[in-house]
Amino acid sequence: MSTTSLTKASRKRPNRLQIFKEIGGRPFAMTASFSFVLLLGIWAALSYTEAVDPIFLPTPGEVVVEMVRLLGTSEYWNHIGISVFRVSAGFLLACIIGIPLGIFAGTFKYGEAFVEPPMEFIRYMPAVAFIPLIMVWAGIGEWAKILLIFIGCFFQLALMVADITRRVSHDLLQASFTLGAGRWKAIETVLIPAIQPQLMNTLRLILGWAWTYLVVAELVAVNSGLGYAIMKAQRFLNTDQIFVGIIVIGLLGLISDRIFAFLNRRLFPWA
Amino acid sequence: MEALKRETIFEEQPAEGKTGVRAVPRGEIAIRGLQKVYETKKSRFEALRNIDLNIGTNEFVTIVGPSGCGKSTLLRIVAGLDELTAGSVALGGEEVIGPGAERGMVFQGYTLFPWLTVRENIEYGPKLKGIPTLERRALSNHFLKVIKLEPFAGAYPKQLSGGMKQRVAIARALANRPKVLLMDEPFGALDAQTKLEMQEMLLEVWEKEKTTVLFITHDIDEAIFLSQRIVVMGAGPGRILKTFEVPLPDKRSPEVRELPEFLALKRELGQLLKH
Repeated sequence: MSTTSLTKASRKRPNRLQIFKEIGGRPFAMTASFSFVLLLGIWAALSYTEAVDPIFLPTPGEVVVEMVRLLGTSEYWNHIGISVFRVSAGFLLACIIGIPLGIFAGTFKYGEAFVEPPMEFIRYMPAVAFIPLIMVWAGIGEWAKILLIFIGCFFQLALMVADITRRVSHDLLQASFTLGAGRWKAIETVLIPAIQPQLMNTLRLILGWAWTYLVVAELVAVNSGLGYAIMKAQRFLNTDQIFVGIIVIGLLGLISDRIFAFLNRRLFPWA
Repeated sequence: MEALKRETIFEEQPAEGKTGVRAVPRGEIAIRGLQKVYETKKSRFEALRNIDLNIGTNEFVTIVGPSGCGKSTLLRIVAGLDELTAGSVALGGEEVIGPGAERGMVFQGYTLFPWLTVRENIEYGPKLKGIPTLERRALSNHFLKVIKLEPFAGAYPKQLSGGMKQRVAIARALANRPKVLLMDEPFGALDAQTKLEMQEMLLEVWEKEKTTVLFITHDIDEAIFLSQRIVVMGAGPGRILKTFEVPLPDKRSPEVRELPEFLALKRELGQLLKH
């Protein structure tokens, strides 16, 4: 580039890294794929050169072959099916109880006083620590896993919903009062619609946690599910199968997350 | 007192609108010995002292005053959103004890429901009242026309400019057929040009819809242009300093701003508010 010294400063390209500045869809997608490729590249470099012992780190090729093979068996699909069922059941149960309770706690100060202090106390107890207790209460059947996922999600969810509810604009609420809304109508026509978009985002987040707790739940005394498949692979040092399990869980999480994001855009065009 | 008489005379007068819209109800506000004190264990702050104010049916009254004089608090007490410490507020002889549909309010901030379209926002109050769909539709059509936003009936608030949002907020309040319209610096956040347009539109609407308006502003020019009567408040504690009748006809064009009466009143109010 040949420029005169006079216009040099003005012709200089601005730095691409501008704080908070939007970039287009294409640069975003390209950067994102680059990041994936980089990750894959590091993995490939470490595994194909055998810089890391192949027993510990399989090559991407091996993992893909193994993944195709496993996904061809009905046994693996059963594992996926039962895992999806457990996550959905635990998550839905947490939603059914947690969302109304959170709205109640966020709407009324008495609700907050009643619900939040004990919950704040419980939520910092690691859900995993409940496993022995859950096994005593619920045995080692399906309920035990669902209950663990429920415990992992429920307290956080209720507290987050309460927080979202509390942050609804008071002006909107007062506007509804001056338009003739009573308490219950205000909850129905202002609070609940107002929290919905953020609620969906929270659910997305919590669903991610549900998958984490699923794996924990399936590490203990089970003979089905993706967590179990991973554990079994570990016992035989099949690291490629461990990778497949982790990637499948990651993909399932990604799919559910995308569904939520899609619903959010479709259901709440006003946000 | 005169206002009370007016009210009884015109109470049952039916509207002859072609839009199938009901008669506009009428009302009168009576504020008596109102006091508002904010008290905590350690401090006591008297926001309003001994406020007495009557507002007649269909009257347009503006309260002006420096920030912190309690004018917004006064309005919020009339709306029923804040509690009073002593005294009383009555509307049409009935004491105000909480917010209600007969006192519509337009806030300074944008308070349209973002999940409802413009039309749905306007129909919010009527829907709460259980007014049937067709009648509601007629109401929203009427008010969309009044605020000249018919093409935006299906738009969401986020698609509107600040001025448009406030127009919808006014329509939303009026569609509920309140006895009084309370306005808390509704144009305070708008740019100068939009503000002037909104003032003219508001006068037009007031002319057409015939409703009692209590309007808060710190803009003297706005107060004179809009109102029939101006109440000047002072701070520390918030109290009424003086009341002025605006010596202008009800039908006003932007040119009234150049009339000597307008300028004289402006000067006088300016002097009073300087202290």
